[in-house]
Amino acid sequence: MAEYQNIFTQVQVRAAPEMGMVENVDLGNRSKSASYSTLMGWFGNAQLGPIYLGTFGVISIATGAIWFMIIGVHFWQVAGYNPAVFMRDLFWMALEPPGPEWGLRIPPMQEGGLFLVAGFFFLISLSTWWVRTYLRAEALGMGKHVSWAFGAALWLVFVLGLIRPVMMGSWSEAVPYGIFPHLDWTNLFSLTYGNLFYNPFHALSIVFLYGSALLFAMHGATILSVTRLGGDRELEQIVDRGTASERAALFWRWTMGFNATMEGVHRWAWWFAVLVPITGGIGILLTGTVVDNWFVWAQVHGYAPLD
Amino acid sequence: MALLSFERKYRVPGGTLIGGNLFDFWVGPFYVGFFGVTTFFFAALGTLLIFYGAAMGPTWNPWLISINPPAIENGLGFAPLMQGGLWQIITFCAIAAFVSWALREVEIARKLGIGLHVPVAFGVAIFAYVTLVVIRPMLMGAWGYAFPYGIFSHLDWVSNTGYQYGNFHYNPVHMVAVTFFFTNALALALHGGLILSAANPPKGQIMKTPDHEDTFFRDLIGYSVGTLGIHRLGLLLALNAGFWSAICILISGTIWFDQWVDWWDWWLQLPFWANIPGGVNG
Repeated sequence: MAEYQNIFTQVQVRAAPEMGMVENVDLGNRSKSASYSTLMGWFGNAQLGPIYLGTFGVISIATGAIWFMIIGVHFWQVAGYNPAVFMRDLFWMALEPPGPEWGLRIPPMQEGGLFLVAGFFFLISLSTWWVRTYLRAEALGMGKHVSWAFGAALWLVFVLGLIRPVMMGSWSEAVPYGIFPHLDWTNLFSLTYGNLFYNPFHALSIVFLYGSALLFAMHGATILSVTRLGGDRELEQIVDRGTASERAALFWRWTMGFNATMEGVHRWAWWFAVLVPITGGIGILLTGTVVDNWFVWAQVHGYAPLD
Repeated sequence: MALLSFERKYRVPGGTLIGGNLFDFWVGPFYVGFFGVTTFFFAALGTLLIFYGAAMGPTWNPWLISINPPAIENGLGFAPLMQGGLWQIITFCAIAAFVSWALREVEIARKLGIGLHVPVAFGVAIFAYVTLVVIRPMLMGAWGYAFPYGIFSHLDWVSNTGYQYGNFHYNPVHMVAVTFFFTNALALALHGGLILSAANPPKGQIMKTPDHEDTFFRDLIGYSVGTLGIHRLGLLLALNAGFWSAICILISGTIWFDQWVDWWDWWLQLPFWANIPGGVNG
């Protein structure tokens, strides 16, 4: 039995690299070479590259780099240009949004203006990356499911950094850039609005987050358990069901009385994953704009004790 | 109804771990087996005891029903039924049912001639649960450190337990666990989306292939982990999320007792930079 568990790839084949399907891809933008990593090959594909460098991808990487560098340069300044202090305090440092006195106005650079500039580049970077996910799928004649899923993540990011601050009328509501500072923000957010555990959308978001872990454990484990029978060839199994799909389905049918299909399990997966940021974003957006205190709200709606 | 079109040829005897062919049968779509009997017994008993506890308790509001563990003062002893004893029996039933369920999965996997990945993965989830309700309470010396069985009461427990250690986000292992959870959701969205996008192209186009999947991801980020690798990756991410979650609470109250924010002082006090002025901590 043990030899079939297929945790690592035991034999790696080396041949000319796969340079990819053509379809409607502008090959002038796709890099011309690929390399191999034996380390990666133990776990997944060994091949690294090629990569497509289109207009939107380049804009995205450039603006993303600017966003990252603005934060980094600010930290460098906070550290007094001392590399030891920079490393020592890296997790403590923050690029903070403007103070509440600025509302939605644009303050000087050192009083939050830099945060807004960084956020602007972040917005451009994420948006152009979304376009890239769409165009790469379009060029290959594929559905846009990855794009829409990425769009769900963007919803949460934009709620946190743009939509909610605008609705609250103050940039100071945005999440600061920094490791510990964004954790402090999260903690304070819950305390300020009366315990976020009583926010039903927060609860839903966590359910989908944990559910995603459950689903990927179930799905990953199921497929690995039938790889001996070709179960990892999922697209083929979707249209031409083999014994791998049949056994995978029966495993769950016999275990819990219900089974997905080879295609359907990916619909479960997609929805569980995208509902994490969708419900989470709704929960954040309602907080402070519609609901001031989630515990009190829960008392009014009969799911928190009244005393 | 209960049989799928291809199911009959798979319903063969054998593969049981215990009981021979005594319980080797199905009820509707469900496989039974010795461990199906024990699963049903413990799950039913535990559920009935929860209802019993709810009946004896102050509310039938489903959000607020709570079966609480014994008080801290009770230590590790058995408690009277209405003062945590119910919780103790329900916990025993839950663990017995979960372990039975895992072993039943082993029997089903053996019967189908497939790998044991699913029961092993479920074992990690059981480990996380047992960590919260048995291992950590035993290490801390009282069942009262376990969490109560109730929808919002267990959320209160999470909130209160977290704040006992200040801002729990500063727990480095909690950081690792959360990172695994988020990365898992990201990878799951990408995998689900990729399969669906290849299987469901725009109208009028033919279905795409694994080569298109690889090409899409190589075009996008320069690497495609592949049809086999993504399932290894998903399983790895999901199991690590559960495992490190268990560790992050296990170390809180057993080997670390202060605010988690203070844990990071060792980093600030490294001798080569502890005394440099400036920055945030200088």
